[in-house]
Amino acid sequence: MSTGIVIRGGRQRLTAGAVLHDSRVMAGRQLRRTLRRPTYIVFSFIQPVIFVLLFRYIFGGAIDTGATSYVNFLMPGIIVQTAIFGALVTGLGLTEDVGSGVVDRLRSLPMARSAVLVGRTVADLVMNVFTLTVMIVVGLLVGFRPTQPAWQLGAAFLLVLAFSFVFSWISAWIGLSVRNPETAQSAGFIWVFPLTFASSAFVPIATMPGPVRAFAEHNPITLVVDAVRGLTIGGPAAAGPAVRALLWLTALLLIFVPLTVHAFRRA
Amino acid sequence: MNTYTDPIEVVDLAVSYGRVTALDGLGLRIAAGTVLGVLGPNGAGKTTLIRVLSTLLRPTRGTARVMGHDVVADPLPVRRSIGLAGQYAAVDQELTGRENLEMVGRLYRLPRAEARRRAGEILERFDLSGAADRRVGTYSGGMRRRLDLAAGLTGRPPVLLLDEPTTGLDPRSRQELWSIVDELRDAGTTVLLTTQYLDEADRLAQRIAVIAAGTVIAEGTPDTLKAGIGTDILHLHLPEPAALATAVPLLADLAAAGTTVTADPVSGDLTVHVSRPDASAEALRRLDRHGVTVATIQLTRPSLDDVFLSLTGRSATAVPEEAR
Repeated sequence: MSTGIVIRGGRQRLTAGAVLHDSRVMAGRQLRRTLRRPTYIVFSFIQPVIFVLLFRYIFGGAIDTGATSYVNFLMPGIIVQTAIFGALVTGLGLTEDVGSGVVDRLRSLPMARSAVLVGRTVADLVMNVFTLTVMIVVGLLVGFRPTQPAWQLGAAFLLVLAFSFVFSWISAWIGLSVRNPETAQSAGFIWVFPLTFASSAFVPIATMPGPVRAFAEHNPITLVVDAVRGLTIGGPAAAGPAVRALLWLTALLLIFVPLTVHAFRRA
Repeated sequence: MNTYTDPIEVVDLAVSYGRVTALDGLGLRIAAGTVLGVLGPNGAGKTTLIRVLSTLLRPTRGTARVMGHDVVADPLPVRRSIGLAGQYAAVDQELTGRENLEMVGRLYRLPRAEARRRAGEILERFDLSGAADRRVGTYSGGMRRRLDLAAGLTGRPPVLLLDEPTTGLDPRSRQELWSIVDELRDAGTTVLLTTQYLDEADRLAQRIAVIAAGTVIAEGTPDTLKAGIGTDILHLHLPEPAALATAVPLLADLAAAGTTVTADPVSGDLTVHVSRPDASAEALRRLDRHGVTVATIQLTRPSLDDVFLSLTGRSATAVPEEAR
């Protein structure tokens, strides 16, 4: 049973292999939990589909997106929004685990503590692969027509996944910091609405009033959405926003991973 | 540092959360293969002590060692030495009992097949085989608590930390848990058990530490603790209340310091807080010698509740909620 442990600096430590192993066990646990709740899966698919239909058929006709059809404009935005919503469950789940005592159990085991966080965020990422796939299929059914080569579409998909992974860590930090599940529920969602709506996700930012527009232009969501638009339906160069979006994501990850680990130690 | 004498050694431990002091200079040690009952009301610091020993919480001051390993400086071997189970039943409700135990086994980095075998073995032992493949959410409180304990034992820990393991359980589940603790101790496991049930500490523990306001206020075997405050109470019923006039002076010097022989001239009842263990027999001999007939004899021992009351000046139940 002593595998995965080395002695360094006079104390026992876990090897990188042990951290990886434990993360895999924790991700497996989380996926198994999710698969056991089929109604939860169905609803997590239905919500974004409803968003697509609402925007496509209700707001769509009233929003002028110039030469680009609204559905082509909308889909990259709504895919990114779905990725964020999919990431928000991370924080809620962790708050639940802290409340139920499962986290105490795990932290008292000779396992890698970081594996609890890595396992959870990776499992949520895997779920998001499925949710986003459903979204894309629905998008294609309502008229979304990507024009760019396959490698670019693949790159767009990976960018959205990276984005969702980063937001999982932000959500984890919020969940662990507020602790109370009800508070986590509202604290986890409120910041997402201004962030997604004050971006280029649903409407061109050119129509927004000055200060909002300035915010939207620097909003990382705008950068990711613009990059995904460029990579899928063409238009203005995708490379600029994509590079800036990646820089944003890296910076956010560097900030929120240590913050989350710190919050987890105290939870 | 592996030079140690006892599996658990706690010296001058203090924990404060902001202005709240949960532990305040607590010290104790537990001999290998014995059960120490940590007895105290809510808010005394029992859960905080468990959280420090299980590396969940860093103390503000003092040291705690488990199997010779410092909980702060070298937490990993501490975690490999302990099993933790408690009142909150920390098992995953969405998974089955078997899946819970297999997961814990794999987090001890047992190979998959070995983790599966071990889970089956513990489920069998804890009488959970029949429910092994049901979601834990469908378990009764007692089953959940057994599974929680089973999870704590997956790594075959030499030290077991039990935080109020029977709080909220029905009497039958309590008995079951008690016999499991007995078995574990017989097998050589060292157990620290917190409880606010006095009968539980009396039943399970070889030694008891009474804690209040974050520190140990009394420590000893259940019997010495009881002896410390006194003493047995002898209740006698005389069929002839008139004989009390003879009986009371005969027994006066057997009463413990500060107590007197009380007699009810109407019913013929007589009560003595006897000063020494052999005083009851002496009382009966004297009465017999002087021709006083005794109809019924009853000897009651002080409960640990009485111990608590005499140590703290207040009842064990009249203390505010525990600050976690």
